[in-house]
Amino acid sequence: MTEFFQHAVNGLSVGTIYALIALGYTMVYGVLKLINFAHGDVYMVGAFSGFYLADLIGVRSPDDANPPGGLEVFLKASFITLAAMIICSILGFAIERFAYRPLRTRPRLNSLITAIGVSFLLEYGFQLRPLIHSPIEFPPGPSPRFFPTLLERVPMDILGVSTSNYDIIGFTVALLLMLGLQFIVYRTRFGTAMRAVSFDPQVAGLMGIPVNRIISGTFILGSALAAAAGILNAAARPKIDPLFGLIPGLKAFVAAVLGGIGSVPGAMVGGLVLGTAEEFVAGYTDSSYRDAIAFTVLILVLLVRPTGIFGRVTAEKV
Amino acid sequence: MGRLRLLSRSILPFIVGIVILAGLQSVMPPVFAVILIYMGVNVVLAVSLNVVNGFTGQFSLGHAGFMAVGAYTAAKITLSLSGVQFPLLGYGVSQQVIFAIALGAAMATAAAAGFLVGMPSLRLRGDYLAIVTLGFGEIIRSIIENMKFLGQATGLSGLPQRSNLIWVGVSVIATVVMAYRLASSTQGRALFAIREDEIAAEAMGVDTTGYKVRAFVISAAYAGLAGALIAHAIQLSTPRMFTFIRSIEVVVMVVLGGLGSISGAIVAACTLTVALEALREFQAYRMVAYALLLIILMLTRPQGIFGTRELWDLPFFRKLFRRPALAASGAAPTEVRDDSTGGAR
Repeated sequence: MTEFFQHAVNGLSVGTIYALIALGYTMVYGVLKLINFAHGDVYMVGAFSGFYLADLIGVRSPDDANPPGGLEVFLKASFITLAAMIICSILGFAIERFAYRPLRTRPRLNSLITAIGVSFLLEYGFQLRPLIHSPIEFPPGPSPRFFPTLLERVPMDILGVSTSNYDIIGFTVALLLMLGLQFIVYRTRFGTAMRAVSFDPQVAGLMGIPVNRIISGTFILGSALAAAAGILNAAARPKIDPLFGLIPGLKAFVAAVLGGIGSVPGAMVGGLVLGTAEEFVAGYTDSSYRDAIAFTVLILVLLVRPTGIFGRVTAEKV
Repeated sequence: MGRLRLLSRSILPFIVGIVILAGLQSVMPPVFAVILIYMGVNVVLAVSLNVVNGFTGQFSLGHAGFMAVGAYTAAKITLSLSGVQFPLLGYGVSQQVIFAIALGAAMATAAAAGFLVGMPSLRLRGDYLAIVTLGFGEIIRSIIENMKFLGQATGLSGLPQRSNLIWVGVSVIATVVMAYRLASSTQGRALFAIREDEIAAEAMGVDTTGYKVRAFVISAAYAGLAGALIAHAIQLSTPRMFTFIRSIEVVVMVVLGGLGSISGAIVAACTLTVALEALREFQAYRMVAYALLLIILMLTRPQGIFGTRELWDLPFFRKLFRRPALAASGAAPTEVRDDSTGGAR
């Protein structure tokens, strides 16, 4: 039984990360009908922004003699997270503005190829040898880096299930962000406009909704969530490299499809379900095929219920 | 008459090709032969991917995965039958026959993998195929890396050196003939209809899923062939040869040449192969260059260099092949591709 709970806790901790990234996919798909391939790499950029910011404001290294007080640690950690979210928002905005917007009236295949191009540009651009050295070494190069310890890791043991404060903080932050997003999407003017654009961009434009601004806003929101996910994951499992976003990005996409792509609550549920499913299957059977589980899930979903858990069947219109 | 033309269009290239290739094989210095083999394999890959990405307008990112399936199938066969000699045949001939069987098996298994991947994802509209094929490539790699039977991360080494100019050349001819025959067939028309407008095609009674899956399976089979050829050219089959980067390389070839243009894919594949050989020391920048190339192409010339046209449709070549009589009478340069209508127009 303890093993069961252990897997459940691990699964939820991974699942929240998938859910946060999946939200970005699902929102962008909702408004543009585009799979934003670069989204997983925005998540990677988020983790690297955190890495550099921590370097700049001087987060203590683990072997520091006198650790600073709780308040300072808390402020620094939240500053890093917020700043990384802002950096990624700008990145997401720029990607949409310069790579996707010029192609919006062209066939969708063109946007898809561009999205793949942007994704590679980030993945492999970050793997180049450093061009600038101060104040930061950028690009970081292909070798993995260790994410600095933002908070002291406190191992916990609840009813025999081993966990840590990282899991709890990560889960709480992710939950708060998702609740915030839920509020934005369903309770604000912006959210209403976003849902209108996702329903029908042309009619939304005729009704006076600034479609371009709403699409930019969608990218900004999604990228900020991806950055938060990047920081949370990098802090808990502190090894980051430029290809760090590839697999989580793909799995988050699977989560979005599982929940019903285009549906905000679907992405959250899909992420959590996928995370736990992966953890249980890998935990009880063979863990070497962990990465294959998500794609098996994807193929099953596409075969059995292509609209996902929360998706609605819509008629194709000309 | 029609049958004769059909025969000449599909069989003749092989006969002429084998003669030329046999000549080339005997005079070509090995250094150039290796580059030609790489080029041929890339042409097979690009032209076969073009069937899905260019003709059908779908987007596959898993060509390397199908290459891996083909390469490992063929490698297993040639390795386990390396000492076999058929009765009545010499050892060398037996081995060539075994290699032919291995190539066939590679195509068959890759096609089966293509069916497994394509069937669920091609039923849907949209970009699912891109993600599913991307995932498939990663899964295949993780399966190979975990299987003792397939040599795990070190792969299978010590394969017999079987791919020579003749085998590769015949494969190239087979692929190109397949693509041309496909493009001018009912099946090809259906694929173009799907590319132009899937809903309209479906409304006209085209079984979109069926055609898409068939195109995908054909494309996967030829990718498997290319994988088997490259593995037997460098006598090695490792998971590192079939990474995602390889898939992207093929995509860049197809997009650069023009989605839907067979000769465009061939030209792009040859150019890129030579460019890669020449620019070995800038390897680190390769992927960044691909990425920039894709983005810039999409923003400025999304149809690729040739678009859906073929090389001889370009103005320069039209002028070259224009009939003297037509040119003299000052008639507008009409299409001279098909002799039966060129003069009548």
